[in-house]
Amino acid sequence: MSAVLFDVPGPKARVRNVYLNIITVIVVVGIVGFILFRFYESGQFTAKKWEIFTFPLVQQKFLEAIGATLSAFGVAAVGSLILGIVLAFGRLSDTKWVRVPCYWFTELFRAVPLLILMMIMYYGLSSAGIKGITPFMAVVVGLILYNGSVLAEVFRAGIESLPKGQREAGFAIGLTKGQVLRTILLPQAVRAMLPVIISQLVVIMKDTALGFLILYQEILFYANFLGSQIQYGSPVVPGLMVAAATYVGLCLVLSGVAKLVESKMSSRVKVVKAKVGVAG
Amino acid sequence: MNVLIDNSDLFVTGFKNTGILFVISAFFALILGTIVAGMRVSPAPAMRAAGTLYVNAVRNTPLTLILAFFALGYPKLGLPSIDFMTAAIIGLSLYTATYVSEAIRSGINTVSVGQSEAARAIGLPFLQTLTLIVLPQAFRSVVPPLFSVFIALLKNTTVAAGFSVFESGAIRAYLSERGEPLLPGLLWVALIFVVLVLGILTPLQRYLEKKWRVAR
Repeated sequence: MSAVLFDVPGPKARVRNVYLNIITVIVVVGIVGFILFRFYESGQFTAKKWEIFTFPLVQQKFLEAIGATLSAFGVAAVGSLILGIVLAFGRLSDTKWVRVPCYWFTELFRAVPLLILMMIMYYGLSSAGIKGITPFMAVVVGLILYNGSVLAEVFRAGIESLPKGQREAGFAIGLTKGQVLRTILLPQAVRAMLPVIISQLVVIMKDTALGFLILYQEILFYANFLGSQIQYGSPVVPGLMVAAATYVGLCLVLSGVAKLVESKMSSRVKVVKAKVGVAG
Repeated sequence: MNVLIDNSDLFVTGFKNTGILFVISAFFALILGTIVAGMRVSPAPAMRAAGTLYVNAVRNTPLTLILAFFALGYPKLGLPSIDFMTAAIIGLSLYTATYVSEAIRSGINTVSVGQSEAARAIGLPFLQTLTLIVLPQAFRSVVPPLFSVFIALLKNTTVAAGFSVFESGAIRAYLSERGEPLLPGLLWVALIFVVLVLGILTPLQRYLEKKWRVAR
């Protein structure tokens, strides 16, 4: 890709690239070094601030917080995928009174900030007299409504990008519209859109951290709680560092799984193509 | 309607600050994102690696955590103190810049190879190929994704409410302090966002998309 912009470097360019590399390394090391130096200077690496992480109880609670994040993510991910498929089918419907509400549903829920959605669920509904809304429900419902709407557009784009012959072939063998959508178009659309779907799942994972702001006791909430422990020197920065490492780790694992699934699926497509080639 | 009129001061100040956060963060994110995109396609491997590392690390970190770091962690480092608004702008810019960079990089990929080959054939070096030939075309084709990034930024400004910035996301807290009904108040906030996104930004996006379309 990047070879588009420059030729294979000659002797002069190679020397220049070496200089560029050196300058970049100096700048990056300078920035990272300065940050670490400030961390060190302000005592973020002292044993006192990290001692709190050595307690089994704290570790156990931290694992529970990771569990809370993962359970919100799991429920929201499954819910968003289901809602996304339902809304995508709704928007492709021939009936106007199904199509139009589905259109407005996706447009509206994509336009409202997710945090505001969660606040409406958590603070708004309870102030209107509806009892029993937990932060978990608010987080999950908010995530499902927002990401379901986003995924609906993804599925729809995937279905509309398929060659017309696929749909026609389905009708030709006597399938109904719903059957064509379910058995022919959707599986192909999901495969074509897999990278986008996965990156949306990573977004769901990250957005569970919004739960912190409506008092859902997930990773960031617990890290912040640890940061308020004065007898351990208020380890705010260590807490946030551990939380950041956990989130980045979880997201990278998710992306890794996605890549694996993607390569498996694309290899299967190749096999199918090869077979078609032989038959033709 | 009463909630909106009785507390118009809250709504005006809140959305004014949302606007300030949005405009300044969008400006810095655009500059930083373009630089990072340039680094990621540059001939120097170390620059590419630094750009990739930045994008991957920041994109996999929740915005809430980044803002928490600048609002709660930064004051502990003994550096010159910054107010919460500035902290939020820094966090939002750093976070959004990664998305801007990815959008621009995908735009660079849409520019056909012949364009930069022609530029190189008349002797332009990398930086001029990039800034005179490729980027102007790339910017035009990235209008839709870039707008989506900025729409996301507008919505993301609400997260700053969790870190002591009085903007649209914080209106709820002030309403409950005044004992006003929360549900209609929050629905008004949601409605104003719908108007901003669907009524202003999305039509603008469609208009610019049509106006700047590159004939290929």
